[in-house]
Amino acid sequence: MSPVLQGAATILIGVFGCIGYFYASNIILDRVLFPARGPKAGRNINRANQVRPWLFLFPAIFALGLYLVYPVVGSFYRSLFDRAGDDFIGLGNYIDLINEPTFRTAVFNNFLWILVVPAGSTFFGLAAAQLTDRLRWGNIAKSLIFMPMAISFVGASLIWKFVYANNADIGLINAAREALFGAEPLDVLQIPFWNNFFLMFILIWIQTGFAMVILSAALRGIPEETIEAAIIDGANPFQVFFRIKVPQIMGTIVVVWTTITILVLKVFDIVYTMTGGNFGTQILPSYMMGYMFRDNGRATAVAFVIMVIVLPVMVWNIVQARREQR
Amino acid sequence: MDNIAGRKSHLTWAVNISVILMVLIWLIPTIGLLVSSFRDREQISETGWWLAPLPVEMTFRVRTSPEGAAQQNGLWVLEGNVFATPDMEEQLGDDDAELTRFGTRGVNPTEFAAGETAELRGGGTLTVNSDGSWRAESEEEFGPRGPTIYFAAEVPPQFTLTNYETVLTADGMDRAFINTLTVTVPATIIPILIAAFAAYALAWMEFPGRGLLIAAVVGLLVVPLQLALVPLLSLHTSVGIGQSFLGIWLAHTGFGLPLAIYLLRNYMVGLPRDIIESAKVDGATDFQVFTRIVLPLSFPALASFAIFQFLWTWNDLLVAKVFLPSDADSQVMTVKIADDLLGSRGGDWGILATAAFVSIAVPLLVFFTMQRYLVRGLLAGSVK
Repeated sequence: MSPVLQGAATILIGVFGCIGYFYASNIILDRVLFPARGPKAGRNINRANQVRPWLFLFPAIFALGLYLVYPVVGSFYRSLFDRAGDDFIGLGNYIDLINEPTFRTAVFNNFLWILVVPAGSTFFGLAAAQLTDRLRWGNIAKSLIFMPMAISFVGASLIWKFVYANNADIGLINAAREALFGAEPLDVLQIPFWNNFFLMFILIWIQTGFAMVILSAALRGIPEETIEAAIIDGANPFQVFFRIKVPQIMGTIVVVWTTITILVLKVFDIVYTMTGGNFGTQILPSYMMGYMFRDNGRATAVAFVIMVIVLPVMVWNIVQARREQR
Repeated sequence: MDNIAGRKSHLTWAVNISVILMVLIWLIPTIGLLVSSFRDREQISETGWWLAPLPVEMTFRVRTSPEGAAQQNGLWVLEGNVFATPDMEEQLGDDDAELTRFGTRGVNPTEFAAGETAELRGGGTLTVNSDGSWRAESEEEFGPRGPTIYFAAEVPPQFTLTNYETVLTADGMDRAFINTLTVTVPATIIPILIAAFAAYALAWMEFPGRGLLIAAVVGLLVVPLQLALVPLLSLHTSVGIGQSFLGIWLAHTGFGLPLAIYLLRNYMVGLPRDIIESAKVDGATDFQVFTRIVLPLSFPALASFAIFQFLWTWNDLLVAKVFLPSDADSQVMTVKIADDLLGSRGGDWGILATAAFVSIAVPLLVFFTMQRYLVRGLLAGSVK
């Protein structure tokens, strides 16, 4: 069966399966298990209503448990075994990793990414949000800055290959260098240390639109009176921005910052397509892909290290969400 | 707020200029890709895409044949036109090219200006005019091969669809495109259904442990995908799914659920309580309330999650690399580009640009037509 037909069949089965499940389970609950009839009608309705949430939730809980909760445990368990998965070696994989220079480079670079990308995206996003706010063509500008959000990391990497290319007739950077200084072309992706920043800029380019959209909404939500009061008191535009507006949207800035931080730890595509992790640009997600299919013990160990790095953000997110609910 | 900048015109200027600059930086790389994808592959390597509308000076080599040499006034004369060879005609099509310089040696192909007369190495002279016509004269008969002419010509800019033809037919992107679509559509629709019911339960049903579940969903939002790869692939293999489309649909469903539940719950919780309660008073069951009232009212949130999930699955490389087989029959476009084309076509910029553009065209279309929903979804997901 061709994948297209298979896909169509899956959509049908999936959709009707889901609808059928919810519909049928509700009917069984109401008519068969706890019918709202007879002497126990009242108690039955209550019981049915206690069970119903779990019917609604069951597929989601099952899928979440299998695809996201189990892997956390499963990955950690697997990382304690050797390559073949037969021998228990305790923390052996982790110790091997720490002794490996590439792993240390990857961790170092990953922290660089975590520092630079969220900061850069939030900065550019905030700047774009504030600057386009009063422009007549602001919405068009926003739309264009937001556009890279739709582009895949692979596509974005290719787009930027045309900027970074080691050839003055293809790469914009080398063309500019040649035109301005008459310099020989150079491969910016091979400059030690700084090449990381060229890769990071691609992700900043993608994420700025996200930051801009959210911060722009937050800026619009600031009560007008506070700004008017500041202007009457003689504040200049910069003071209004930094002293009045930014403090009021600090909460949103933090949300944007953490969201991008989490994303940074997932993205392996850019490094994978641009340098393959060579020239000292390795980061953990792409380092892990190097072990995928070859040494599952190592791969899961790297994945768990990523999890440990994400953990503080996760805890913070949950605490925030709990606070909002109260 | 208008009065701040309105009074200070120089500040307005600064704002306009900085926004223009930023938009340019954000836009130019993509335009470069688009322009490059339509350019002739020879021209791509000669001039940058920013010079695409200008004629390109390219160097060529034409081997002539000594056939047709005639004796005039005691000299052997051979004539022809460098642009009239089959190769050049194919390159130029109907366009006119202008020859600027020519040469007789490969080490210096632009030694002489058009119209000058050059000494041939084997004896004799060669004159090449700017319209491409040439005339070689020699006192002796020409050898088995005629003189080789090197020349530089101003070739008019050429925009073709050849790259698209190559990418879509010879390079298997058509198959990859269909595969991407096959992965994306079920992986977008199924999680929406599952999440909608769960979100309703978390938003409007009272039961013990609700707060805990919501917190768990928030926590699961940030679980790195990398953790799931190894355990789930071995799970899929052990239950017989293995690396297949079914496997990737399930995986995308699982990975998309936290965001879906979170977004939809945030939206549903904000629906007016009166409507739902009066429906319940009138005897509607939860199932009816959900399908008749909550689901239709939540359309904007459903649409924005659908766009997210669509973009995410369409653009995904990681999950496709792990949960799909790596053969050409099931490769999606991102894998095709990253693993296949970048390796085998690494230096062929026209093909790369075209492949990239084919893969980003659909998301861009979705983005520009549904931007409103996308923005709304982002706002619902991040700020409350």
